[in-house]
Amino acid sequence: MNSAPQKTHSNLEATNNALLSFSGVGFDYENATILENVSLTVDRGEFVALVGPSGCGKSTILNLISGVLEARSGSITANGQSNLADRLGNVSYMQQKDLLLPWRSVAENSRLGLELRGVSNSESSAAVEKLAESFGIADVLDSMPWQLSGGMRQRVALLRAVLPDNPVLLLDEPFGALDAITRSSLQQWLLNVLDTSNKAVVLVTHDVEEAILLADRVLVMSSNPGHISAEVKINLDASRNDATISTSSEFIDLKRHILDLLGNHEVTQ
Amino acid sequence: MNSIRSRFIDWLPAVVTIVLLLVAWEVLVEVLDVQHWLLPPPSVIAAEISDSFGFLMKQARTTSIETLIGFVASVTLAVIIASGIVWSRTVERSLYPIIITSQTIPIITLAPLLIIWVGPDMRSKIIVIVLFTFFPIVISLVSGLRSVDQEMVDMFRTLGASPWQTFRKLMIPAALPNFFSGLKVAAVFSVIGAVIGEWFGSSTGLGWLMKIAGGQFQTAKIFGAIAVLSILAMLLFAAVVALEKWSLRKYPPTAKRVIRLGES
Repeated sequence: MNSAPQKTHSNLEATNNALLSFSGVGFDYENATILENVSLTVDRGEFVALVGPSGCGKSTILNLISGVLEARSGSITANGQSNLADRLGNVSYMQQKDLLLPWRSVAENSRLGLELRGVSNSESSAAVEKLAESFGIADVLDSMPWQLSGGMRQRVALLRAVLPDNPVLLLDEPFGALDAITRSSLQQWLLNVLDTSNKAVVLVTHDVEEAILLADRVLVMSSNPGHISAEVKINLDASRNDATISTSSEFIDLKRHILDLLGNHEVTQ
Repeated sequence: MNSIRSRFIDWLPAVVTIVLLLVAWEVLVEVLDVQHWLLPPPSVIAAEISDSFGFLMKQARTTSIETLIGFVASVTLAVIIASGIVWSRTVERSLYPIIITSQTIPIITLAPLLIIWVGPDMRSKIIVIVLFTFFPIVISLVSGLRSVDQEMVDMFRTLGASPWQTFRKLMIPAALPNFFSGLKVAAVFSVIGAVIGEWFGSSTGLGWLMKIAGGQFQTAKIFGAIAVLSILAMLLFAAVVALEKWSLRKYPPTAKRVIRLGES
């Protein structure tokens, strides 16, 4: 089942290194233009963050990439798939809410994506157990979602999203609903989990610090209609795993710069 | 051990209330000297039940078989139609308005017609039961299947789920709590449906027995039949509750969250 996308993927790599490309995309909702002429590309192993004011269409971009919504104009290619129906199921997408099924245990929730692909229960359970340790959920595999804290639920939701092992991963404010301490520890953990994965990652966030901490590039968006208004490359000298990074002067400069870019277009933060 | 004791404590107030009511009934009938053919005291009813126990059980057997067949037929039909309504807009538009307006027809008035059309045998009772119970099951199932958030459906789509997989692994499990609410109502209705069917044309069953006994002023017999009917309905209800508990054993607990005013 995995062989077909892999093959198209290597064909793509010969011509273009971008795993994800989004070019000249427009999207309307109920006669209002939400996005106009949005273009972006994400390479293999690259982490891109989208920041912008509420309602600028950040999440819409992820819905378009994953195939949940259909664009009015432009073209979208993810992992070599440009048809909407082919992208569905071939792009990993973690929504803001954990969306865990309350009647399934943690292990059963985690393997949902594999199960829907027809992978046998024993095989998918083995895959869950293999990653459970690094996701910090090994002790709660048999628990039910309502017994878990918000942070644990987000870990399970991320495991469910990444288990099908798609090269493109979309994260929509994954830690938005968590308290500051849990969020900070999960950000560090996410960096470690994704460090060696070589995926193309797009993160939507309203938290500028989170964007700087996690991303290689930050795309700043503006609204009415939503478009990408600036791009900031993040080249931090200090290790991102350093807990004090967010108080370093270069980090603060970057933050000020991005906040300025946001402030030029719309009141934020 | 502990759970048996706590269950006993849960039931105790209801048991005490029933015993007190029965005692009051017995005493009032004797003190006020009410004629037994008008209102027999519980002791006379109990004696009547024990005297004609075999006969009552024979009638109860007929009524139970009708009830069970009718109930299962109704659930089957309701599941098919509710699924059709959720799957297809055409099915919804052609069936849903008819199903809802059909509920404005008093079903009791259809029973004599059914006896004329299909005869006084078991089939007419089963049809009456289906007419009685089908509606609450369809309504609860349709609203249950539709209770799923669009975000959940989108999540299934991004994981590559087919519509059938979304239906089976998301919508059906999400609909179960609602489905069982409808099923519990339908379980009680199905016993009523069987009795009404028997009332209008039958030669066996508890409904028939009540009609005949009523014509002869055998009031104690009527009460005996009512007691057996209540037990039948309670047994069917308890069976549905047991099935519900088992089916929803992994669902988040909700029963504990009951708002109570005035006491802890």
